[in-house]
Amino acid sequence: MRFERRDHRPLALVIATSVLAVIAALALSGILIALAGAPVLEAYRRILIGAFGSRLSTTETLTRTAPLMLTGLAAAVAFRARLWNIGAEGQLYLGAITVAAASSHLLGGLPSAVQIPLLLLLGAMAGMVLLLVPLWLRLRFQVDEVVTTLILNFVALLFVSMLIDTVLKDPTAFGWPQSQSVADAAMLPKLLARSRLHIGILVAAALAILIHLVQSRTVFGLQSRAAGLNPAGAVFAGVPLGATLVKVACLSGGLAGLAGAIEVMGVKGYVTTDLSPGYGYSGIVVAMLAGLNPLGVVLAALFSAIMFVGADGMSRALRIPSYIADVTVALSLLTMLVALFFTQYRIRR
Amino acid sequence: MSTLFDILASAGLWAAVLRIATPLILGTLGALLSERAGVLHLGIEGIMTFGAMIGWLAVYHGADLWTGFLVAALAGAAFGLLHALLTVSLGLSQHVAGLGVTLFAASFAYYVFRMLVPVAGTPPTIVPFQPLDIPGLTAIPFFGPAFFAQTAPTYLAILLAIALGYLLKRTPLGLAIRMTGENPHAAEAQGINPVAVRYGAVIAGSALMGMAGAFLTLSAFNSFFPTMVQGRGWICIALVVFASWRPGRALLGALLFAFFDGVQLRLQPALNGIVPYQLFLMIPYLMSIVALAVMARRARVPQALMQPYRRGER
Repeated sequence: MRFERRDHRPLALVIATSVLAVIAALALSGILIALAGAPVLEAYRRILIGAFGSRLSTTETLTRTAPLMLTGLAAAVAFRARLWNIGAEGQLYLGAITVAAASSHLLGGLPSAVQIPLLLLLGAMAGMVLLLVPLWLRLRFQVDEVVTTLILNFVALLFVSMLIDTVLKDPTAFGWPQSQSVADAAMLPKLLARSRLHIGILVAAALAILIHLVQSRTVFGLQSRAAGLNPAGAVFAGVPLGATLVKVACLSGGLAGLAGAIEVMGVKGYVTTDLSPGYGYSGIVVAMLAGLNPLGVVLAALFSAIMFVGADGMSRALRIPSYIADVTVALSLLTMLVALFFTQYRIRR
Repeated sequence: MSTLFDILASAGLWAAVLRIATPLILGTLGALLSERAGVLHLGIEGIMTFGAMIGWLAVYHGADLWTGFLVAALAGAAFGLLHALLTVSLGLSQHVAGLGVTLFAASFAYYVFRMLVPVAGTPPTIVPFQPLDIPGLTAIPFFGPAFFAQTAPTYLAILLAIALGYLLKRTPLGLAIRMTGENPHAAEAQGINPVAVRYGAVIAGSALMGMAGAFLTLSAFNSFFPTMVQGRGWICIALVVFASWRPGRALLGALLFAFFDGVQLRLQPALNGIVPYQLFLMIPYLMSIVALAVMARRARVPQALMQPYRRGER
């Protein structure tokens, strides 16, 4: 038996791969649910009820989808160029705290129509800056960006923790470390009244489409793909590798920073150190499940959000630790990797 | 300045340095062994988390401390098998596969812990390893409490660093591992099976990572809580580069690193209220980035690192 590389991957096969990977991950976590002594099918049913059973849960699921889409896009655009940005978590936090600082200290008086776009831009720029540092280290000193972006996540979180403990501390929060709130004019408009669902999900979806067009129709899209597929070949073909990676890093870090900005401006209004339940890391899974396709990210983000929101309800009903959602999402990354392998190769005897 | 001197002159600091260094030594050796055979192993953070959990859990359920350590090593080896399947047999991206292993091992650890240990106000504890009393040495003033009042796993970690250095440099097996990491095709031409060597190195390395995690719950602390590994695994990956893939230097690197960490921990109370404590906590992370920047170019990377090996395919 040997593996033979496929020359061409049909779209239907790619989609089937993702679906199959998710099913395999659900089956594997089913074993864990059974080990915990709960009925497996009932658990899955509870997850769906938890995610879509009521107006509240549906809007919660969609609210959760927005940051996952953005961090998923952040990973997808970077990975496509083989820029291993694992630092979306830190970039998200830096975007969030920048928005909180800017709105509470500088721009709070501006009208919504000016303030919101300005804050979104600032949040994105903060994320960019945090990714440009490891990129610079890679280009200048050949330091692997995987390790540096991972480690910077911890630095960024400590930085945020320091700010909300000192200069940006909300004095009215009964001593809890929590940042000052953004101005009311900085809050994103709601999509539905009496819910937390805000326009962030539309922003993220629009960006997914835009990025899809950029990647498939522009020179930059081609260059970033070439940089990922074969850096040496890309340079030989005249692709400015460094400049392309800088642009990719700005896009990727910007998207992650934006995720933090909309989470603050859409949901919380302020920053705490538990603002993100690992959106940055889940974004990696979302991107891989989507096969790094920006449009696929939308669906993959929805899947993750269903798991996280649904598992909360399920765990309350069946007394299964809600960590089962994290396990399933992590497993779906592993099953996706294996599934991808079999779409790239076919088995020959 | 006098505070700094007091800190350096206290035996407690040096004892803490060895204690802080132990999980870093074990983790760095594990990552180093795997990378020397050509496989980057980013599963380390998750495997350490799982090792910390399962080792603690075994002892909590009545196993003795060394059995707990062994359980953690075996669990680490199992995740190593998974990583080897993905990266060696299937030849998948070592970056993404490793992150997948980390995400899975960490969340699985939390799941098992929550399933078996009910939520309580104060986390349940075990009786951890106690410092060994070495006749004649522990009694020496200053040096005794500073360097010879450690728990047994710390001495084991130091011995393992020396043993791994010897193994890699002086034995035929070590040569096979290094060759596989440099040029698996040449290794195969010499009658070495690169796939088997890589499997072995990744699995053994992962067992060390599991032990690194278990040290946290069985010696450094006495309980398990989520996120307790705190990026130590990533720091180990950085230390491998800093050590230029050599076990002896890995030992020194981990000790140097632990020294700065120990000093910052003791400076914190002295400067409380003047400097935010978060700045001190950033130091270890920033140091590892600086270490990477300084060493990345000079370090001798195993030439076949991150290159999957497939027979008859280049």
